[in-house]
Amino acid sequence: MAASPVLPKLVGQRVKRREDPRLIQGLGTYVDDIKIVGMQHVAFKRSDLAHARILSVETSEAAAMPGVEAVLTGAQIAEFVDPMPIGTPFPSPDHRAVATDIVRYVGEPVAVVVASDRYLARDAADTIVIDYEPLPAVVDPERAMTGQPTQVHADFENNLAVALVPGGTGVSADLQTVDDSAVDAAFAAADVVVSQRMHNQRLAPTAMEARGVVAHYERGKDTMTIWSSTQNPHILRTFIAGMNGMGQDQVRAIAPEVGGGFGAKINIYGEEYVVAGLSKKLGLPLKWAEDRSEAFLATTHGRDIIGYIDLAATRDGKVLGMKLRLVADIGAYNMLLTAAIPTLTMMMANATYDIPAIRATLTEVFTNKTPTDAYRGAGRPEATYFVERGMDILATELGMDPAELRRKNFIQPDQFPYATQMGAVYDSGDYEKALDLGLKNADWDAMKQERDAARAEGRLVGMGLAMYVEVCGLGPSSSLPTGGWEHSQVTIERDGRISATTGASPHGQGNETTFGQMLADQFGVPLEHITIHHGDTGVVKQGIGTFGSRSQAVGGTALHLAGGKVKEKMAKFAAALIEAHEDDLVFEDGRISVKGVPDSGKTFAEVAGYAYVPVPLPEGLTPGLSEEAFFEPANNTYPFGCHISLVEVDRDTGEPTLLRLVAVDDAGNLINPLIVEGQIHGGLAQGIGQAMIEEVAYSEDGQPLTASFMDYAIPRAADFPRFELDNTVTPTPVNPLGAKGVGEAGTLGSTPCIVSATVDALSEFGVKHIDMMLRPEKLWQIIHGGQS
Amino acid sequence: MIPSAFEYERATSVDDAIAKLAATGGTGKLIAGGHSLVPLMKLRLNEPTTLIDIARISALVGIRERDGLIEIGAGTVHHDVATSALLGAQCPVVSDTAATIGDPQVRNRGTIGGSLAHADPAADYPAMLLAVDAQIHLQGAGGPRVVAAEDFFQDLFTVDLGPDEIITAVRFAPVRAAAYAKLYQRASRFAIVGVAAALEVTDGAISAARVGLTGALSSAVRLSGVETALVGQPATAATVATAATGAGAALSDVSADLHASEAYRRAMVSVFTKRALEGALARLSA
Repeated sequence: MAASPVLPKLVGQRVKRREDPRLIQGLGTYVDDIKIVGMQHVAFKRSDLAHARILSVETSEAAAMPGVEAVLTGAQIAEFVDPMPIGTPFPSPDHRAVATDIVRYVGEPVAVVVASDRYLARDAADTIVIDYEPLPAVVDPERAMTGQPTQVHADFENNLAVALVPGGTGVSADLQTVDDSAVDAAFAAADVVVSQRMHNQRLAPTAMEARGVVAHYERGKDTMTIWSSTQNPHILRTFIAGMNGMGQDQVRAIAPEVGGGFGAKINIYGEEYVVAGLSKKLGLPLKWAEDRSEAFLATTHGRDIIGYIDLAATRDGKVLGMKLRLVADIGAYNMLLTAAIPTLTMMMANATYDIPAIRATLTEVFTNKTPTDAYRGAGRPEATYFVERGMDILATELGMDPAELRRKNFIQPDQFPYATQMGAVYDSGDYEKALDLGLKNADWDAMKQERDAARAEGRLVGMGLAMYVEVCGLGPSSSLPTGGWEHSQVTIERDGRISATTGASPHGQGNETTFGQMLADQFGVPLEHITIHHGDTGVVKQGIGTFGSRSQAVGGTALHLAGGKVKEKMAKFAAALIEAHEDDLVFEDGRISVKGVPDSGKTFAEVAGYAYVPVPLPEGLTPGLSEEAFFEPANNTYPFGCHISLVEVDRDTGEPTLLRLVAVDDAGNLINPLIVEGQIHGGLAQGIGQAMIEEVAYSEDGQPLTASFMDYAIPRAADFPRFELDNTVTPTPVNPLGAKGVGEAGTLGSTPCIVSATVDALSEFGVKHIDMMLRPEKLWQIIHGGQS
Repeated sequence: MIPSAFEYERATSVDDAIAKLAATGGTGKLIAGGHSLVPLMKLRLNEPTTLIDIARISALVGIRERDGLIEIGAGTVHHDVATSALLGAQCPVVSDTAATIGDPQVRNRGTIGGSLAHADPAADYPAMLLAVDAQIHLQGAGGPRVVAAEDFFQDLFTVDLGPDEIITAVRFAPVRAAAYAKLYQRASRFAIVGVAAALEVTDGAISAARVGLTGALSSAVRLSGVETALVGQPATAATVATAATGAGAALSDVSADLHASEAYRRAMVSVFTKRALEGALARLSA
């Protein structure tokens, strides 16, 4: 017998993404590539006012255009599309998929056109005339909290969507009693108190692929297929079935290639309900493809939280207490997870520090802006930003090195699992190790010398450091209304190839590669023999989806467990076939054989074939090799890291330049360091974008000022220095892989470390804090106008 | 991002383009690279009934020497301007300016003629063309016409170009001691402020100076006050610093928007005037 090739172990290797060749060559199939015979096209007429009463909607001209199938007002849509459900336990105003009486943000749908082609649909929508009675608009959440100048929703007094939820030390589990004594004592005992108001500004997610929906209701079968650019087809299926009075068995949801989500494609949108509902009503396959202008207005935004932080400390730098008052501007409506996102900011107020007393409060406010929801990091970058900027301000106040202040306050490795003041239980961590590696890689002391030498030449150079800890690997089920598990099925096909499914529906995470690597090692077969199926509820039996950096930690574990089950069964077939004991078998190099005797065995395909034609059928076995597993994590995971940056500000223009970005990230065990680095790069890009150039802006009357890429800046590769990445490995005990998750990490440490570096660069002007983004004019004013 | 319906025609020559344009009775538009026009059409801010494609008229493309001048055909894309060996050797400010436009995709499609016809107040080329004292060559049903750059840029999106006219080329005498300096708007990469400066020096003294400004006003202009302050002075860093100092303060009707206030723009006019002049000085000795 010829010797089999020796297959290398793949887990831990820098395997190139299997997805990329098709995507780079334009061979991917996205929602807008879906075509169905007879398919009609949907366009939405949207509000161009931020707040107004709809007096009339004139659709007759549109309806008369040849090729226009239907024109519907909000009231007509409301006859078959119920108010939109949300996924959080907070009170929510009536939210129609298409406005019926009042519009509350620019971009809110007001009418719908169905026509034979996309251009005609748009032309028809342009002819719809809406008579509005303008109402005052409010865009400043702190003004909105006074109830002036308008009520966004009549039933929510002072525009409070969530009114002052307390958290932290001395707050009972039911939130009914709040004992401030420990926090008050901490502040009374402090030598130093620093306070700062900060704004974590509003961002537009700007996925490269905007949203899109195709819905096809088949009357004869009474089934619905919906294709959507979504992060979670199973959740979409649940909501679409519910909205249409159908069973989940009757609805199939498909997420084909998804060109980025960044959290904004978790939400189930009005357009999805309308297109699906209209397909059922009209009996026609329908498509809606969002254009970029719509995406800036109608896809949820992220962030937009004001934080007031007070830190109480001893003179030698021990933090005794913290107060963090959060005011979140959630825009005009509650979407699926909107109200929950800022609660994650509150939950992570402890950051990486052993702070004995914390009082956090959260208020969420309606304004006349696009609703917010998850955006990469979703609540945790905001917490990291507020606390880390606060720590930097404290370090400056104390005259301490920012690294040493942090070192003095870290939660120590022997304190894990660590129950925070905020109710989280951090699974594992070694923050000082990450800090030390960051300082070493940055060469912190040399960086200081470089900075000081530059300053001696009159240049404005500064350095910044930030630690972060984030929540990843969401669930468990107690933390998510959808359930927090994940599902996988692994099938050894008759020819020895492997098909596996995952409910963690990727939109850039690279699961086809990483999950393939895991199975290749588990079964000793080539990666090329494995296909990972995802994003189709008709193929993937169950699932939750991809968000909260959960694919690997939760989805990967489900895959690992399902693989283990089928491997166990396959070993029994192999044992019968080669007359050995199953415990003595190894799966290696495409063969199953007795350990140490490679020639003793059978090929993987031979054993697979036997399992499907089991003559004779071994006692106690059923035919076939296909097993599934649900994995329910016992806790979240808490990855962490240390980011350091060097920034120079142009004295004449105020333009900031990022000179260095050093990142140490600890995501636990890594399956594919190349993909992990890609995730860090992407997260850093968006974090740097937030710190330096991205900001959604509105005029005072609620008109969006950054509704195209001509005015909304996103970073380009050429804007970055070479990222200096490294990692520590602190496995999580929460799952058998020891993997924590990494998709969002880059957005956490980057923003505060860049702002801190910029404040440091401008320290000669006495500035204590600068709000993002770092608009050159803002920095120029600090340099030339003595303002801060 | 869905334009309204339009007809499409391809012109085979300049005369053919002029005839086709005239036939639309003022409702048609010429299109070359489309990088100014198509975004407007997608937003339905511009809805031409007919697009006349001039991108394949070979006579409009190319960079060449003619009669002691350099001529850039109107259909030449920014990338070719940015990488021209002829311009690099004889008039590098032109290449430098082109290299700051947009991104590689824009530079590979967008043309100098299209940019000039569109006349975005923050476009880069106008400042440079003022500094090199370019002539804009036009052709219409009535024949050819030449307009000095200084007279061409009139107001916001307004230039001296008739409805049936086509820009065929720009021509200028090469000048080595010239430079362009620009403050980028960070989303669009247009100029918040862009300044091009060209100097002529005789026996160590500045004998002529032309300084063009874009981005700060409704259209590109020459900074005559700065030019006057330079002429007759020694070609030194101190001279240009002094001349640039008040450049911004001297302007009226300075633009303000989300990206830069009026005060900031004024200050940046002075900063980038100085930088452009310093760049021009550096080329004197290079």
